[in-house]
Amino acid sequence: MTARSAIDKARARSAWIFVAPMLIVLALVAAWPLARTIWFSMTNATLVDLTTYDFIWFDNFIVHADGRWYGIFTDPQWLRALWNTLVFAAVSVSLELVLGVIVALIVNAALPGRGLMRAAMLVPWAIPTVVSAKIWQWMLNDQFGVVNAMLEGAGFIDGPVAWLGGSSLAMVSIIMVDVWKTTPFVALLVLAALQTLPKEIYEAAKVDGIHPVKVFFKVTLPLIKPALVVAVIFRLLDAMRMFDLVYVMTGSSEETMTLSVFARQALVSFQDVGYGSAASTGLFLIIALITVIYIMTLKPLGREKAA
Amino acid sequence: MARLRVLFIAMVALFALGPAQAQRGGAHVSIACGALGIELELCREAAQQWARETGNTVEIVNTPNSSGDRFQLYVQLLSSQSSDIDVLQIDVVWAGMLQTHLADLSEMGEIAQRTMFPALVANNRVGGRFVAVPWFTDAGVLYYRKDLLTKYGYAPPETWDDLTRIAAAIQKAEREAGNRRMWGYVFQAKASESLTCNALEWVSSHGGGSFLAPDRTYTADNPRAAAALDRAAKWVGTISPRGVLNYDEETSRGVFQTGNAVFMRNWPYAWALAQADSSPIRGKVGVVALPAGPGGESAATLGGWQLAVSRYSEHPEAAKDLVRYLTSAKEQKRRAILGAYNPTIISLYQDAEVLEANPFFGTLYPAFENAVARPARPAGARYNQVSDAIWRASYDVLQGDETGRRALENLEEEIARIAFRARWAEKEVGE
Repeated sequence: MTARSAIDKARARSAWIFVAPMLIVLALVAAWPLARTIWFSMTNATLVDLTTYDFIWFDNFIVHADGRWYGIFTDPQWLRALWNTLVFAAVSVSLELVLGVIVALIVNAALPGRGLMRAAMLVPWAIPTVVSAKIWQWMLNDQFGVVNAMLEGAGFIDGPVAWLGGSSLAMVSIIMVDVWKTTPFVALLVLAALQTLPKEIYEAAKVDGIHPVKVFFKVTLPLIKPALVVAVIFRLLDAMRMFDLVYVMTGSSEETMTLSVFARQALVSFQDVGYGSAASTGLFLIIALITVIYIMTLKPLGREKAA
Repeated sequence: MARLRVLFIAMVALFALGPAQAQRGGAHVSIACGALGIELELCREAAQQWARETGNTVEIVNTPNSSGDRFQLYVQLLSSQSSDIDVLQIDVVWAGMLQTHLADLSEMGEIAQRTMFPALVANNRVGGRFVAVPWFTDAGVLYYRKDLLTKYGYAPPETWDDLTRIAAAIQKAEREAGNRRMWGYVFQAKASESLTCNALEWVSSHGGGSFLAPDRTYTADNPRAAAALDRAAKWVGTISPRGVLNYDEETSRGVFQTGNAVFMRNWPYAWALAQADSSPIRGKVGVVALPAGPGGESAATLGGWQLAVSRYSEHPEAAKDLVRYLTSAKEQKRRAILGAYNPTIISLYQDAEVLEANPFFGTLYPAFENAVARPARPAGARYNQVSDAIWRASYDVLQGDETGRRALENLEEEIARIAFRARWAEKEVGE
């Protein structure tokens, strides 16, 4: 008995030693910046002078003074940014999921030139985001853009369309570019899942003469569901903190401002470290909440399947 | 042990000697200057001339063209106390926002006080220090096509009503004559600092104040200001292309200089470029003060750039000397003649060579002297935030999303939020 617990203790100790480097690195690159952001979110620090600031509790989030409400939760611009972020995340992730599955099914089929197709599919994903955002910005330019030139040449539009100008079209354009860019990622995950599926099931379905559409919904989709769940959570987290694409393509324009763009504007353009940190902390809490809800709603489903 | 100590002392001595030796061989100073039009060229020539004369070396740092991006670059460098840039070209509205990072130039302040525009000198005195030397000043002016106005028998417009009428008439006539891309009026309505400058001119010329009074009273929401914004909104899509909502200085100059606009609001720098040898409208351009509102007042937004020395500079003395050289009368005169950059030294406005190169410097002198300041002093460190609120409100009106009235109501609401965050109630203006 004692011998066993001694071994356990030794094992536990070496386990801690092995885990320690990772814990230290995590504390340095994740926990410390996060703690500092949360700390600053409760101060009125500014970049004008970072050494002196007051602790103001939750005034950056919500506070009532002189008959008005202040703080990010009552700031129309922050709420607008929240709405933009949610719309962007919901629409882009749904489209990417549907298109990603379709693309994966196509490149999974035994077609000639399949290897080439798989490589080509990854190109949008491989281009750095800032580069592809710039490419698209020029392609969508209202005066010199190739997109307008093509649409005009084909007779779809009369005059130039200001894709990224101040209108709801800007959000549509950004979603389009994001779908173009990250569908390959979803497709790749789904393709990996498709390759692991046992061939016998499909042969059985073929023998029974079941329609391919029915096979997809009754056999393929349930089997690749775990991969889809992973793909959605990756993409959802990415989309919720969307920054680079929006910032490069439309800057700090209100129509497309996401929560990350808002936080950057408050922190850098307005030098307001306290308010910007509060906006970042708010975004962190929202993402954490969405992740928890997502995992909670999926867990029972996973268990049912296991049982 | 003893050997170790010797080694240690030798190393300390090496470190201590290093910088001192560098000093004797001439300092290396880096300067960030703008790149609008031929700005960068003029800056490089002058800085290299200074380097040759003083035996120092100088490096020109490229900065983004958009003043918003440039400001962010400065904030990132300065708030990390970087010594990468010694001399910074800063906008007239930045003194209050960057002052904690800038060295005190009081020794140059006295000369500036005697020779330069008092308003500009006062603008750079923040918290009892003189943080930047005015380099060139700017005020919005109206460019017009002399040839077209003569052709159709109009005098340059004196009021906004005139401008709207003439622009519409010439645009219509020119288009009927086959010039299908002709527009009446181009200005800067891109959601950026440029729009704040334009909106201030409209509002101020209508007697609508300057959004935030010098004593920090909220003055944005008033009927005259609303009327001014509503008037501008009517231009978009009639005498101005819808694309004007995305035009900055250079884009609007592009349209005007290719001969596709009758009128343009811009800064004086566009003069030298419009009159350049390669310009299609060379010799066909006139410059007048911006049109007046119903009350008969004309207003031009005060712009312009200053030279400041970073507090984190490793060679502050050499950097100050470069600032002294670049802001001298000789260099300002060269810049005025070659690039139409308005001097900040008053006496240069009577210089025959300067006036020959830029005839409007003489006729528009009152406009330069009485230019309207953006609310940078009352807003202080919060100016960017106030300006952002101003251009967003103006943009909403121009785009047709809001009436002037509603937009200005929202603007006052936003300024109140900023005031609360900055605790203006507890602080004096200029603190």
